[in-house]
Amino acid sequence: MARRPSPLSRIFPFVFGLLVGAGALYFFLPGPGSTVSKPQPGQPAAKAAQASAPQGATLATVRARGYLQCGVSTGLPGFSNPDDKGVWTGIDVDFCKAVAAAVFGDESKVKYRPLNAKDRFTALQSGEVDVLSRNTTWTMSRDTSLGFNFAGVIYYDGQGFLVKKASGIAGAAQLNGATICTQTGTTTELNLADYFRGQNMTYKVLPFEKNEEALSAYDSGRCDAYTTDASGLHAQKLILKNPDEHLVLPEVISKEPLGPLVRQGDPQWEDIVRWTLFALIDAEEEGVTSTNVDQMKASQSPEVRRMLGTEGDFGQALGLSKGWAANAIGAVGNYGEMFERNVGVKTPLGIPRGLNALWRNGGLMYAPPIR
Amino acid sequence: MTGAMKWLRRNLFSNWWNTGLTLLVLYVLWRALPPFIDWAFFSAVWHGGDRTACLGPDKGACWPFIFANLDQFIYGRYPADLRWRVDIAFLLGLAGLVPMLIPRVPAKLWNLGYLVVAWPMIAIVLISGDRPGLIGVDTDLWGGLLVTLIVAITGIVASFPLGILLALGRRSEMPVIRTLSTIFIEFWRGVPLITVLFMASVMLPIFLPRGLHLDNLLRCLVGVALFSSAYMAEVVRGGLQAVPRGQVEAARALGLSYWQTMGLVVLPQALRHVIPGIVNTFIGLFKDTTLVLIVGLFDFLGQVRVQLSDMHWSTPQGAATGYVFAAFVYWVFCFGMSRYSAFMERRLNKGRVR
Repeated sequence: MARRPSPLSRIFPFVFGLLVGAGALYFFLPGPGSTVSKPQPGQPAAKAAQASAPQGATLATVRARGYLQCGVSTGLPGFSNPDDKGVWTGIDVDFCKAVAAAVFGDESKVKYRPLNAKDRFTALQSGEVDVLSRNTTWTMSRDTSLGFNFAGVIYYDGQGFLVKKASGIAGAAQLNGATICTQTGTTTELNLADYFRGQNMTYKVLPFEKNEEALSAYDSGRCDAYTTDASGLHAQKLILKNPDEHLVLPEVISKEPLGPLVRQGDPQWEDIVRWTLFALIDAEEEGVTSTNVDQMKASQSPEVRRMLGTEGDFGQALGLSKGWAANAIGAVGNYGEMFERNVGVKTPLGIPRGLNALWRNGGLMYAPPIR
Repeated sequence: MTGAMKWLRRNLFSNWWNTGLTLLVLYVLWRALPPFIDWAFFSAVWHGGDRTACLGPDKGACWPFIFANLDQFIYGRYPADLRWRVDIAFLLGLAGLVPMLIPRVPAKLWNLGYLVVAWPMIAIVLISGDRPGLIGVDTDLWGGLLVTLIVAITGIVASFPLGILLALGRRSEMPVIRTLSTIFIEFWRGVPLITVLFMASVMLPIFLPRGLHLDNLLRCLVGVALFSSAYMAEVVRGGLQAVPRGQVEAARALGLSYWQTMGLVVLPQALRHVIPGIVNTFIGLFKDTTLVLIVGLFDFLGQVRVQLSDMHWSTPQGAATGYVFAAFVYWVFCFGMSRYSAFMERRLNKGRVR
C-alpha cells in the first residue's frame, strides 16, 4: 500500500522555520533598541556625549539634542516621583526644569531618567544624563575620585529621629537609654554610634534588613525611636497608622548635603547648573517669584536687574541668553517656592524650612551674588 | 441534603485523622479569611481623590490609590496621548490569540504565522513608533503591565521553538550538535536569572564596541529568551525520553526522514506528555519578569512600587493595597494559563481515557 504523505509531514519543517525565523525577526527588527538616543521628529540627531567633554561640549550636545536629560530617583516623595498622572514632581525635578528653562527658555524640554542608587553614577559618567539631580549627598570622594563636580546644595538633609509624641521626648538629648530601630549595614548605624558616644549616652539598636521593616517595628512599639535621613522620616511618617501621634525631632546628627552634580571637565556646563541653582536662591532673597518675575525686571534694585538681565549680560558668560535666570525663575519659582510646593509645611510631607531657610532667616541657604 | 451529607462524610470526615485536619483547616480559614475580607471590602475605602480619603484608624484597603494610578500601572510612563497605539497592538494580539486557543477555529497555521511573525512586528512598530510618520517612544518610557507582557510574550514565543530545537539537539546523534546544545543548556540553567539580567545590562555594554549601544529592554529580552529556552529544552527532553524507542524505529522502518519522524511521530507524543511542564515554565517565566526591576526597567510590580512613593497617596494601607492588587493581577494571568493547559490536556488525552 503506497503511503500518501500527510500534509502535516510537509508543513512541519516549514512551521519550525517559521517559528525560528519569527524569533530572529523579532529581535533583529530595526526597533527602538538599535538607535542611540532617538531624536525627536524634525530635530537633528545628537551624538552621544563623550565622558571627557571639552569646554562647552555638553551645552552644544544638549542644544543639538533639543532637550535636557536629567537623572532623577526611582521615587523619593517630594524630591522626584511620578504622580498619579505619570507627571514627575519634586524639588529635584523642579531643578531639572529650571536648568531646561535656563538653556532653552522652555521648562518642558527635559526628559527624566529614573536611576537607582547603583546606576546613577554610571549614567552620568557615560553621558546618558547631562545632570544628576537625584538626592545625592555631596561627599569628598564623589567630588574627587568619581570624576564629578557638585553644583551646590539644594537640600541640607541629615539623619534625624522619629519618636512618639506621647513619650514626651522633644530633643535628641533626651534619647539616653532609648531603643532605636534602624536599617542595618548603612552609614545610619555608624552615625548613630558616633553620636551616642560623643554625647556620652547609652542606647540599644534594633537593626533591620529593610527600612520598611524597621519602620513597622517602630510603629508596633518595639522601639522608642526610628532613625533615617530627616527627609525620609517625613515621608515615612505618612504611612504610619496614626501619623499625628509622631514627631520628627528637630536635631540632625549627620551632614547630608544633597545637590545636583555634573561630569568633571566641562566648566561651562558646570557653571550653568551651579548658577541656575544660585539664581533660584538669590531670587528668594530678592523677593523675585514666579508670579512677579516680569514686573521685577523693572525693579530699581541693581541685584535684581542684573539677575533678570535688565542690566548687563551675565547669561552670555554662561553661553545662555540674557533672560536665563528669569526663565528659570518663571518656570519653577524661586528656591522658597520650590521648597514649599514640594516638601514644605503645606504638603503632606510638612517639612519645616529648618537648615534650608535662607541665611538671613537662620538657615544655610546662601548663594554668591550675581555681579 | 443527604447527598451533601454523604459527600461531606466521605470526603472530609472519613476518619478521625481527616476529621481533625478538616477542623484545623476550617479553624485557620475562620481566623484568616474574615479579617482579610473585611480589610479588602467592608472597611476598604472605595472613593476618594487623594490620601486623605484613606486616612483613619479603622480604614482597610485604599482602592482609590489603585483607580487613580491604573493608567501608570498598565502603561508606565508611556506618553498618555499615544497610549491608543499600545491598546491597538494589544487588541490585534488578542484577535490573533483567541481563535488560536479555540480548537474548532480553522486555519491554525495561518493563525500561528500571524501570531508569531506578523503581530510582533506590527506591535513593535506601533509601540516603539520607530517608523516614519509615527512619534517615537523610547523604551525607557515603557513600563507597567506593558513591559511585563512584552518580556513574558517574548520569552514564551522565543523559548518554545528554541527549546524544542535544543532538546532535539541534545538527543542528536551528531556529536558537535549534541555537545553545543548541552553546553548551551547547562550554561543558561547554571546561572540565576538575576545574574543573566545583570550581565545583560551591566557587562554586555563593556564588551560591545563603544559606539554600539543596545537598548536596555532589548538586552533583557534576549537574556530572558535564552534563559527560558534552556529550561524549555529540558522539559521537552523529558517528554522525548518518555516516547518508547520502538516508535522511532517504526517510523524509520516506514521510511520517514528525521524531521518527519520527529514532527509526525515523536514530538506530538512527547509534547503531550509535558504540557504541564511547559506551562509550568511559562508561568514561572511570567512571574520572573518582576526581576527586571533590578536592572532599571519598571514592570508591573515595579510601577506599583514607584507609584507608592507619591506623597499624595502615601497611606498606612497603600503598600498593602498595591501589593494585593499586583498579586491578583499576576494570579489572573497565571491561573488563566493553567486552566487553558488543563483544557488542552483533557482534549489531547481523550483517546487515552477509558
